[in-house]
Amino acid sequence: MSKYAVDERGYYGKFGGAFIPEMLYPNVEELKNNYLEIIGDPDFQEEFRALLKDYVGRPTPLYFAKRLSEKYGAKIYLKREDLCHTGAHKVNNTIGQILLAKRLGKKKIIAETGAGQHGVATATVCALAGLECKVYMGAVDMERQKPNVERMRILGAEVIPAESGSRTLKDATNEAMRHWINNPQDTHYIIGSVVGPHPYPDMVTRFQAVISEEVKKQLKEAEGRENPDYVVACVGGGSNAAGIYYHYLDNPDVKIIAAEAAGKGVESGETAATTFKGTPGVLHGSMTLLMQTTDGQVVEPYSISAGLDYPGIGPLHAHLFETGRAKFIAVDDENSMKAGIELSRLEGIIPAVESAHAFSALNQLDLNENDVVVINLSGRGDKDLQTYINWGKY
Amino acid sequence: MVKNRINKLFENKSENVLTVYFTAGYPELDDTLEILAELEKAGADMVEIGIPYSDPVADGPTIQESNGVALKNGISMQKIFSQLKTMRKKVDIPVVLMGYFNPVLQFGLEEFCKKCKECGVDGVIIPDLPILEYVEQYKDLFDSYDLHNMYLITPQTSEERIRMIDENTSGFIYMVSNSSITGAKKEISEEQLKYFNRIKSMNLNNPRLIGFGISDNKTFKTASEYSSGAIIGSAFIKALKESDKDSIADKVHSFINMVKGEKISQ
Ligand SMILES: Cc1ncc(COP(=O)(O)O)c(C=O)c1O
Repeated sequence: MSKYAVDERGYYGKFGGAFIPEMLYPNVEELKNNYLEIIGDPDFQEEFRALLKDYVGRPTPLYFAKRLSEKYGAKIYLKREDLCHTGAHKVNNTIGQILLAKRLGKKKIIAETGAGQHGVATATVCALAGLECKVYMGAVDMERQKPNVERMRILGAEVIPAESGSRTLKDATNEAMRHWINNPQDTHYIIGSVVGPHPYPDMVTRFQAVISEEVKKQLKEAEGRENPDYVVACVGGGSNAAGIYYHYLDNPDVKIIAAEAAGKGVESGETAATTFKGTPGVLHGSMTLLMQTTDGQVVEPYSISAGLDYPGIGPLHAHLFETGRAKFIAVDDENSMKAGIELSRLEGIIPAVESAHAFSALNQLDLNENDVVVINLSGRGDKDLQTYINWGKY
Repeated sequence: MVKNRINKLFENKSENVLTVYFTAGYPELDDTLEILAELEKAGADMVEIGIPYSDPVADGPTIQESNGVALKNGISMQKIFSQLKTMRKKVDIPVVLMGYFNPVLQFGLEEFCKKCKECGVDGVIIPDLPILEYVEQYKDLFDSYDLHNMYLITPQTSEERIRMIDENTSGFIYMVSNSSITGAKKEISEEQLKYFNRIKSMNLNNPRLIGFGISDNKTFKTASEYSSGAIIGSAFIKALKESDKDSIADKVHSFINMVKGEKISQ
């Protein structure tokens, strides 16, 4: 049993649990009682694996980035989640959850989305499964991620603007939860990250764990060893990170690096660097680290990246932080954009702004020539062209 | 020890118990105590005061908005307790605080219970504090301050779970009328009546109050036929918001009269 696995009650150390109103209890309980059995079922696994292979395009390559390696003086590999169908890792989870929803007999799907990647990935699998799809998206995010809004619509999903609060990801999540309360029986809520009440963090982690499962094999082939010295990922809610850390959590030789969005700077008041500015509290049904006032009101986060613009992190990551298992690094807007341009110029890959944060973390690592570093390139930058254009310094 | 006012209320009154919810610090920051006092004068049997929160997931648009306004007005947990400090000089009816867990957690549970006791708060409703966590970690603390923690049940709550909630409750059981977030509705459906009857026939230890979607005389009367009474929230918040020219006292009295089906006294 892993030291970092969720316990029976849904906790990672002191973080996690299911802090939900009674109205949500039956929905969450139904999931909790069934998810392990469903996921463990050979038929489910067969269908899941087949779709990951033929539909998503897995395994995604583990690419040795030669010029980036030269620049940083280490052996740097990129896990190419940007090559997944729909352009990011998010689809690994939505494939898993849609198959699960079907087995639970659900007819309708709801989701929240920040950058729109999870919304697109959800709309995609709903089209694939022939299920009705509603995606809640903060009104502010709809504005800054317009192409993804249209992608969802083309795929047949209804995109519903979240107009409450800060009108970003946290509010879209609130609206999705409210919708689920109002429609408990026929609807499954596909959460897009390792957040929310138990069993979501564990379930989403299991679906994303395919990332590190592949890395192990691929690295063995490339380097003759399964374990890198570093695995690096950006953390919004933490799903791409959980996926690439998963099979390395119990191996202390593998250093785990998490890049958080510092926005305009950790101390600027406009940040999403949760482990730097957060304290323990309850958000979206789990005990975790979150940015809040001393009075317990959730603080509105800020990041140039809509996908990292979230005031909390998944409870697994709060636990990895608390135990020191993962090292958290804060990357501000400016440095993330520079890292995005650098990867574009050195490797011919324009990364999602979220992923660019992970690349900037390279500057803060003390690397040796023989160090093997695996970075999760969680998504491609097509959706972020406008953000790059607005930044302009290239 | 003096008996908890909630228990006293249900000993003396087993039907048509009217409980009214409003948000602390709304519409204006310092309206809390006045609304409370007027509710008692107008004939409310119990009051629930909402602790505003930035992310009230169980609430519909009306209460969400009142939470947002109250926070903008500058309400805080500290402020609520300072507003309620002298309430027992003015009001005798039971007062329940209702709020999400995070603000209570940040305030500190012991400190929260202590302040409740000092002010004369009789109970709390914290909808997102799981009952297991409550029983294991906090119940003894709450009991030591004679503070009742009331739990919600819904049409989807299993019989077994209802029994468990009933075992661990001392006050009343909050029956959510329907699988939904808060919000005023005009009608009660056949299906809801079936659920009301089903719970009624369980003969629970605790009295039941029906809330969510209760808005007027008709829905209040119907709900009261199947339980000890009802809880009204969103409809009252709307009434507070409307007709800006009336005083708070006028708004409260005409709302309560409307719900009770009494003629408005001039
Ligand atoms: C490409 C990409 N990477 C990362 C994230 C952040 O999410 P998570 O931390 O769950 O991986 C997002 C979210 O939208 C994303 O689109």
